[in-house]
Amino acid sequence: MTGEIKPGIYFWSGNDAIAEGAIFAGCRFFAGYPITPSNEVSERLSWRLPQVGGIFVQMEDEIASIAAIIGASWGGLKAMTATSGPGFSLMQENIGLAVMMEVPIVVANIQRGGPSTGLPTMIGMGDVQQARWGTHGPHEIIALSPSTIQEAFDLTIRAFNLAEKFRTPVILLADEGLSHLYERVVVPDPRDVIIVNRKMAKDPRNYLPYKADDDLVPPMAPVGEGFRIQTTGLTHDERGYPAINAEAQNRLIKRLIDKIRKRKHEIIDYEMYKCEDAEIVVVSYGSVARSAKSAVDMAREEKIKVGLLKLKTIWPFPDEVIFEMAKKVKKFIVAEVNEGQITREVERASRGQADVFWVGNYGGRWIYPEEILDKILEVR
Amino acid sequence: MAIVSGHPTEKYVRIDRLPHIWCPGCGMGIIFNAFARAIDELGIDPKKIVVVSGIGCSGRASGYWAYDGFHTTHGRPIPFAMGLKLARPDLHVVVISGDGDLLAIGGNHFIHAARRNVDILVILVNNFNYGMTGGQVGPTTPEGTRTTTTPYGNYLESPFNVVWLAAASGAVYVARWTVYHVRNLTESIKTAMQMRGFRVIEVVSTCPTDFGRRNRLPDPLDNLRYLKEHAVYKKNPDPREADIIWGKKFVIGEFVKIEGKETFGDRIRRIIQIAQSRLRKSGSH
Repeated sequence: MTGEIKPGIYFWSGNDAIAEGAIFAGCRFFAGYPITPSNEVSERLSWRLPQVGGIFVQMEDEIASIAAIIGASWGGLKAMTATSGPGFSLMQENIGLAVMMEVPIVVANIQRGGPSTGLPTMIGMGDVQQARWGTHGPHEIIALSPSTIQEAFDLTIRAFNLAEKFRTPVILLADEGLSHLYERVVVPDPRDVIIVNRKMAKDPRNYLPYKADDDLVPPMAPVGEGFRIQTTGLTHDERGYPAINAEAQNRLIKRLIDKIRKRKHEIIDYEMYKCEDAEIVVVSYGSVARSAKSAVDMAREEKIKVGLLKLKTIWPFPDEVIFEMAKKVKKFIVAEVNEGQITREVERASRGQADVFWVGNYGGRWIYPEEILDKILEVR
Repeated sequence: MAIVSGHPTEKYVRIDRLPHIWCPGCGMGIIFNAFARAIDELGIDPKKIVVVSGIGCSGRASGYWAYDGFHTTHGRPIPFAMGLKLARPDLHVVVISGDGDLLAIGGNHFIHAARRNVDILVILVNNFNYGMTGGQVGPTTPEGTRTTTTPYGNYLESPFNVVWLAAASGAVYVARWTVYHVRNLTESIKTAMQMRGFRVIEVVSTCPTDFGRRNRLPDPLDNLRYLKEHAVYKKNPDPREADIIWGKKFVIGEFVKIEGKETFGDRIRRIIQIAQSRLRKSGSH
């Protein structure tokens, strides 16, 4: 027994699937701090990581947790933390450090009702814009959102792959509804799954830690092998040396943004359901996308031409997908458990080509299919 | 500028980064050199040394040494270093940072890393104030002294006894020196580098630009003279006697030295062995 999960069918909660997806992806270091509703991720990993030779640490707070995983990732291990809104807020500064130092890490944020302590045990989706803009300064970020337990497993693997490929932090935006839902998960044969590992520098001679290749991503150097790694959260040049001037800032930040923005077609993932002839498209993500799908089916029974666009990548936002749809459909309805954080993105991306409506609540419960159906009937 | 060639520790320095940002009379140069000399005298492969620092004047040291250097966020070098050390137990991981970074914003991490006996050496540079931001009061500012945020004198805050804090939290090696006591400091770094576990060396440093200037020590030499005249070496001193009261004598020396205590990494590796052996016995997870 090596501790790796056997291919087959499992009955897991969302949090179980995130933990197992992480191990499947090669995660061998987890540091976290207890916070509801993410606890089952750390509890499962405290049991499972040692079985695969991995390291589990419960830290003194969320700030220490993310600092530790950045250090561990530099040490060569795929690393992750899991948290919820208040802890996610505490992590923001060091998410910026991972952006700036270009360190692959995965942060699972199991969203609950907020702001502040809010609704610790109940659903919220109010961290969508925090995931985008929570750390200070101009930057791009990658965030994925699962809506089934299978996706919780699959997208956790994908989160690691994207983090490794782009040398950047990736946010897994789950929600309490999904994290405590149990569902069937198919664990594939590892030979059928692509696992991406970071690009490593080979030659310490004349090594420049921040000289990017054509893909805009610099190879990462192994620690302790004479590469004389130099890295800082300060604006830096290709040597990794601080460069406190506008020219260096604009050169560095442009590359950090471009490495994601120019290759967003490799990142953006979504599903369309009954969209071919749709006049109204419901846009949703996370566990609420399940209600949206039911609502579309209910509306179709009433001969209303409605489709669903389910976002699996939240950031970078699929602007072009929305704009192309906006030219064909009349209306978008965005279903989300917040005050309209993605609604405004859909408005922006549709550039006046379609009307955009919001349906949802501010947290504490799911959006029921009937509520979405009512909105469809109201705006059609 | 003219660069002196042939300095014994030159090979440990990124010469292309000079001139450094430290002020004339800053104690960092002495600490910087003492560390490089200690490594040189021990003959440790410099490739196997990792330096992690936080934010502040002393935090810049990681960028001037030619070791693998990680300049992290304010207050967080210790958890960052812990993650790195657990991932790479074969490396020597050293944290160098200031009193504000390690004891104010990062104070929580300091005590918890000590409690866990994380296998890192922490060089805590105590210059009694926040130098880089202009000389504000900090967690080690002596009572009665002046800083830019205690213009009426620091009659507000009592400073940490850093030595006692580290000892009480579980550090296996706790020493205090000043930048005047450079030989002792170098030898102490050598001692600490050969030990395992959470090791703390507090180095009382000089900041003539900020702290000194506001406390009648504007001249760098007067700062060193102050340390020479007030620091008293004791053999096997008691951590509880390590308070620093401005204008009075304070104790330097090796306060704690505990050999053989299991480190956090040792324990994690044992847990992995237990988990894997149970897995083999049960045949499933």
